[in-house]
Amino acid sequence: MGTFPRHRLAAVALAAVGALLVTSGCGGGDDAADGQITLTVDVFGQFGYDELYRQYENDNPGVKIVERGTGGNLDEYSPKLTQWLAAGKGAGDVVAIEEGLMVEYKANPDNFVNLLDHGAAELKANFLEWKWNQGLTADGSKLIGLGTDVGGMAMCYRTDLFEKAGLPTDREEVSKLWPTWQDYIATGEKFKAANTGASFLDAATNTFNTIVLQTAGNAQGYHYYDTSDNLVVDSNPAVKQAWDTTMAIIGAGLSGKYGSWSEEWVSAFKQAKFATIACPAWMTGVIEGNAGPEAKGKWDIARVPGNGGNWGGSHLAVPRQSKHQEEAIKLAKFLTSPQGHIGAFKAKGPLPSSPQALDDPAITEATNPYFSNAPVGTIFGEGAKTLKPVYMGPKNQAVRTEVENAVRTVELGQRNPDQGWQDAIANAKKAAAK
Amino acid sequence: MALQLDARPPATPAPRTPRPSWARLSRIDAKYSPYLYIAPFFLVFAVFGAWPLAYTLWVSLHDWDLLGSNRTFVGADNYTRLLADADFWHSVVNTLGIFVISTVPQLLAALWLANLLNRQLRLRTGWRMAVLVPNVTSTAAVAIVFGVLFGREFGMINWLLDLVGVDAIGWKSNRFASWVAISTMVDWRWTGYNALIFLAAMQAIPRDLYEAAAIDGANRARQFWSVTVPLLKPTIIFCVIISTIGGLQLFTEPRLFHSGTNAIRGGPMRESQTLTMYMFENAFAPYYNFGYGSAVAWLLFALIAIVAAINVLIIRRLGAGARPDTGGRKGGSR
Repeated sequence: MGTFPRHRLAAVALAAVGALLVTSGCGGGDDAADGQITLTVDVFGQFGYDELYRQYENDNPGVKIVERGTGGNLDEYSPKLTQWLAAGKGAGDVVAIEEGLMVEYKANPDNFVNLLDHGAAELKANFLEWKWNQGLTADGSKLIGLGTDVGGMAMCYRTDLFEKAGLPTDREEVSKLWPTWQDYIATGEKFKAANTGASFLDAATNTFNTIVLQTAGNAQGYHYYDTSDNLVVDSNPAVKQAWDTTMAIIGAGLSGKYGSWSEEWVSAFKQAKFATIACPAWMTGVIEGNAGPEAKGKWDIARVPGNGGNWGGSHLAVPRQSKHQEEAIKLAKFLTSPQGHIGAFKAKGPLPSSPQALDDPAITEATNPYFSNAPVGTIFGEGAKTLKPVYMGPKNQAVRTEVENAVRTVELGQRNPDQGWQDAIANAKKAAAK
Repeated sequence: MALQLDARPPATPAPRTPRPSWARLSRIDAKYSPYLYIAPFFLVFAVFGAWPLAYTLWVSLHDWDLLGSNRTFVGADNYTRLLADADFWHSVVNTLGIFVISTVPQLLAALWLANLLNRQLRLRTGWRMAVLVPNVTSTAAVAIVFGVLFGREFGMINWLLDLVGVDAIGWKSNRFASWVAISTMVDWRWTGYNALIFLAAMQAIPRDLYEAAAIDGANRARQFWSVTVPLLKPTIIFCVIISTIGGLQLFTEPRLFHSGTNAIRGGPMRESQTLTMYMFENAFAPYYNFGYGSAVAWLLFALIAIVAAINVLIIRRLGAGARPDTGGRKGGSR
């Protein structure tokens, strides 16, 4: 070291520091120089877009579409999307937004392209009115999302377990077993008495969510928040009614207590450990994925107890940070067109939110071979057009989490129903204030 | 060293007047270029260490919604709310509980393992490599596998317990059981690593100390406690501090131990939600309250500093008690 010219060493060090600064400061361009652009679509679960992408790529040479997040959990997807938006970098060109989280994203509409500025207004007739309105900001000046699917509501059941328990297996007869949730519980008790080794339902949390959305939809049209965004968990009779019904289900010992979306839940599907599960249209894809091909033909779909209801459904939005906004908007419009809705339904079963698609023979005549050829198009489609949506307030997701969690603690025997209800109210208030 | 000697060159009254600028350059070089050589580290540290720290502090003083654009300065408000937040203290207790029941057995087991590996064994290198194997598996994979093993209904642990007539344990919904389960996977992964560090330190202990102890009539156990352990003190302090930092930041294991909706809570009643999970829950989903989450981060930092200080004090005390036995010899043998 002593003999090496030190000033040269210093120069080398300086260069190294400089290089470090340069490399840490630079991002990366992503597009090849050949005019080909890549559009990234961020989704969760199963949107069923693969065929549509191929079709779009054929019709639009120079566009390549990559989908990320397929099969993923909404719980993991949504924080990632929020981080990308907050960082101003990383989000796809088209992103899916679930209805329960729409309110939070709508509160900061500048993160997204206002689709009304890009000729989306003329598409209004392509969507059920409430679905269209969900994508609009409160003042109606900005549209951040175009509707994809609606949930609809049914009850999926395993015919093999019903047969074992001496219950009818035909979907019409099964539907007649439970016009109300009380009848559903009574059926469950019969099922339980038959000792099949399986529980009647998967987890009380899913069932609670189904009941509360149905009860609220049939009553005043809101559950945790009223339409002026006041938290009404403790005063809304729809919530308490759903809570009490759920407690009756737990009290009758019908739940398998498999925490929804957990590994155990998936195992329970595989091992046929429960007989019924509340299923919105998109759940059919989840059931097929979890229960696997060996359960094909062992599932069927009946009417949901009570009257109708809706759970879930999403929108597609274009983040303002996208480098290919025009192309992304075009793709989002294509995917949410009536043909887009039909294509997705055929692939993975999410129910269209487009009235034209719902009337299309491709939907009305559709059957699902996995579910013993159940006429899924009519089962889910029937209710979809008359569906009464439920309003979701600003911290809907956080509040819902707290209330469902309270259901879970009762289901696991950690709290009694009264304590659980107190927890639900206290924690929901705390969550809403955060 | 060489640079320091050059830094005060007596040769300034230069007889070689033709190149005065060269001499000055050389002097400047000698004075300042050392800083340049160490600059890369400090630059990296500034960018990835100091800046995030300062920024987090800044964020924690605001009501900062992750997506929102208006961020109001609220002073210490986040901190005062946090100190009165029962869920926060619940997660502190969880973190400390898991830390204690994972670290104490882990370091004791590592010490014992290192002692075994330090003897004359067949296939010694093989054994030494074997203890490190758990450490090279990915944390996520470990957590997921253990999560399944500890399942309530389909888990192997409960199946084994059932064979011996013990009722199924709700590993994920019982507070103490979930602490034990999570500690198991931490220990499974880190015991071997610590054992190797202890082993390396043990090998630096001169043989003649043991020979002398043996001549004095000390048996193996006595040799271990009176020779090995006191001389390992610096290494033990190192391992304790590293384990403290890691243990109090525990995230992946408890997070992936739970699956399904809202796993970030660490169980329905937050049975095993650690501080870092609580931080994540607040800063990201479902609250997106970045200011509050940042305040949690700073209190976590404070907690680690406090616990590390306590650790060092305890170890010093213990070490001081054990030292007189060997203190005199230590100096002589080196």
